[in-house]
Amino acid sequence: MKSCVIVFPGSNCDRDVAVALEMSSGRAPQMVWHGETAVPECDLIVLPGGFSHGDYLRSGAMAARAPVMRAVIAAAGRGTPVLGLCNGFQIMTEAGMLPGALMRNAGLKFICRDVFLKVERSDTLFTGGYSAGQVVRIPISHHDGNYFADSETLNMLETSGRVAFRYCASSGEVNAAANPNGSLNNIAGIFNAAGNVLGMMPHPERLISPELGGSDGRAMFDGFALRLACA
Amino acid sequence: MKARIHITLKNGVLDPQGKAIGAALSHLGFTGVETVRQGKYIEIDLDESNREKARAALEAMCAQLLANTVIENYAVELDA
Repeated sequence: MKSCVIVFPGSNCDRDVAVALEMSSGRAPQMVWHGETAVPECDLIVLPGGFSHGDYLRSGAMAARAPVMRAVIAAAGRGTPVLGLCNGFQIMTEAGMLPGALMRNAGLKFICRDVFLKVERSDTLFTGGYSAGQVVRIPISHHDGNYFADSETLNMLETSGRVAFRYCASSGEVNAAANPNGSLNNIAGIFNAAGNVLGMMPHPERLISPELGGSDGRAMFDGFALRLACA
Repeated sequence: MKARIHITLKNGVLDPQGKAIGAALSHLGFTGVETVRQGKYIEIDLDESNREKARAALEAMCAQLLANTVIENYAVELDA
């Protein structure tokens, strides 16, 4: 599996996700600087977490207009899988790759802790390593993760199976108490219409081995390696 | 030409920062504060003397970068 990680000024999870990709696929990703105008042919592009451009104006706003993003959007349009983690998800909504917006957390605080997520479906490239309805423990680390979309968009996402993950209790129950940031419908991650783009606020790359405190994130990267191995 | 741009949250979009500011004003003893909505204010000096061209350029800047039209409205004011 050939993968690329896009690096913006202020990205800080780019090396973490590179470790995760190499651990699962046996091949280190190519790191691509934001000023590039092309992305090498690959099976997967990752927009990593961090604080690109210091979150100036709005989280992800500057990075979404970086030269490399034209190439990323074009590759997504051709069907290349693109994964956006945390700041990567914010960049995706700012770039129009995914609908809605990520607003300031409802409690106004930066939150860095493990949360439970319910996997909505397993029949996707991104979630094939999990089973539908499975509850996984993955960390969040953000100030602007409060997912918002107008009611029409929200309804469209819900009825077309485009919600990937929801914040939930350890029992799997999706309720207000398990919602860390005020996201509508407890949404933690969504797919694009074609299903080849996933944006999510949690950080699966941070829990990929027991030495790190857990390995629930590993299945996502193992899933890529398995499904993209022959590509 | 100088322009002043106000960016505000759309109606229906929750504003937890505005709410927190409202609560803090109450704590200070200011009564009668019903709602607070927080926005952004941006000043731009533009090398353009044609008002129509300036306005068109500024509107495009707002739509493409300065505001996120999923959640925000913008208003452009030009100096006389």
